[in-house]
Amino acid sequence: MDLELSDEQGLIVDTVRKFVRNEIVPLEADMDPDASDLDEENHERLASQVKQMGFYGLDIPPEYGGPDIDIVTRTLMAIEMAQHRAGLYNACYGVFGGAGLAQLFEANEDQKQRYLFPTLRGERHGFFGLTEPSGGSDPARAIQTTAVKDGDDWVLNGGKIFISGADRADYGIVFARTDAAKGRGGITCFIIDADMPGFHVRRIVHTLRSTSYATELQFDNLRVPPKNILGEVDKGFAIANDRLSRQRIPYSAGCIGVAVKAQEMAIAYANQRTTFGDLLATRQAIQWMIVDNEIDIRTSRWLTLAAADKANKGQPYRTEAAMAKLVASEAGGRVVDRSMQIHGGYGMTKDLPLERWYREIRIRRIGEGPSEVQRLIMARDLLGGSFH
Amino acid sequence: MQIRLTKPWRPLTAEEVRKLPGQLGVYELADASGAVVYIGFAGAKELFGLRSALQRHAEAGTGGAVSFRVEVNMQYTSRFKELLMSHRMDHGDIPPVNRTEPPVKVGRLS
Repeated sequence: MDLELSDEQGLIVDTVRKFVRNEIVPLEADMDPDASDLDEENHERLASQVKQMGFYGLDIPPEYGGPDIDIVTRTLMAIEMAQHRAGLYNACYGVFGGAGLAQLFEANEDQKQRYLFPTLRGERHGFFGLTEPSGGSDPARAIQTTAVKDGDDWVLNGGKIFISGADRADYGIVFARTDAAKGRGGITCFIIDADMPGFHVRRIVHTLRSTSYATELQFDNLRVPPKNILGEVDKGFAIANDRLSRQRIPYSAGCIGVAVKAQEMAIAYANQRTTFGDLLATRQAIQWMIVDNEIDIRTSRWLTLAAADKANKGQPYRTEAAMAKLVASEAGGRVVDRSMQIHGGYGMTKDLPLERWYREIRIRRIGEGPSEVQRLIMARDLLGGSFH
Repeated sequence: MQIRLTKPWRPLTAEEVRKLPGQLGVYELADASGAVVYIGFAGAKELFGLRSALQRHAEAGTGGAVSFRVEVNMQYTSRFKELLMSHRMDHGDIPPVNRTEPPVKVGRLS
């Protein structure tokens, strides 16, 4: 693995960095600190700029019109794209586009026509429904939503929780148990339409991430035709699992981006804030916090790029992705926390983005599999078994 | 937490608004019939939080509103959307004054 960026990577990173600093950050100065969206006019203007730069739809495979940028470079870009107030969960407010639900690239042709292509055109929006009130860390066992065959159709009953975007979605990918006796081998993935009778968004679930929200869903005799099964009956868990590993790399990159920006702010503040007659930067207590921040950032960065490099080469990267996610989410939290400490009272205010990052990055130790599950994944790989 | 706002209605007058805290949160405005005409939030851009936001509405007479109710809530953005969603579920649409503003991405409850 070459630790130096190529000339092309350097140019791309520089372009994205300038875009974030010149186009996104100035807009945020006039927005509510908890804003989740740009106004339509700015969104369209910036998305158009991104298309002209050739970066639109970053994670869309090139055969579907994506820009054909390798995952290492996309990771470097994601680190840059997160470096603004809303960057952790809404990098550049979505103006770089996206693939939506990656599982749909594995759908059959009919499903691609009905769901994938309209999604790529921005005409339809989907949600991913895996976690249930009974648990999210062990979906293979926790899934209690049932799908029972009735004639040709399947009838779903149960519910999901912590589901983002379901209240505004046109369709969703949901996982249900089709064979109670088979454990993870008895789960099937269904595509459901939001206007199907029996689909309910029961409530908003408020979290630390106050700018956005999750939802709780209920399926009440929701009848799904067999043409809406994604993949094969009883083989849905692999679809969910694949997504979880893949998602951990950009998830880590977002944490690094926020940490980089928090560190930049901390250094700038330490170099201009005076206490007891001298700059904060001269105090050993502050110096050590800055150094510890840098160690956390570099550790996270190299582990995440190492995972991306393996994925790029088509090699197994489950352990690497789990390690990156564990370290980046925990280190990112520490960096933001120390940077707030250096800023003192101002670090607590909504005038600065630190308080929003502080709240949002706490979720990162839980989302996409908590730290404990990442350790479990690594232990399984290192010890060579799927133990209980 | 209740999905719908359940705080008591208060008259939308300068005197009543002066009693409001400077904290952040959400609010509803109602006309003389009691119908909600506007749902809003007082975010961190408001100099004096709910008090500033309601002062503005009292002076402007937004949507013919004569009363208001507030909820102090630091999660004002998601709570604001929740109130719009519950209003749409109950009445088929968001309140009339909200319809005249730039669109907010509001989902559905059912």
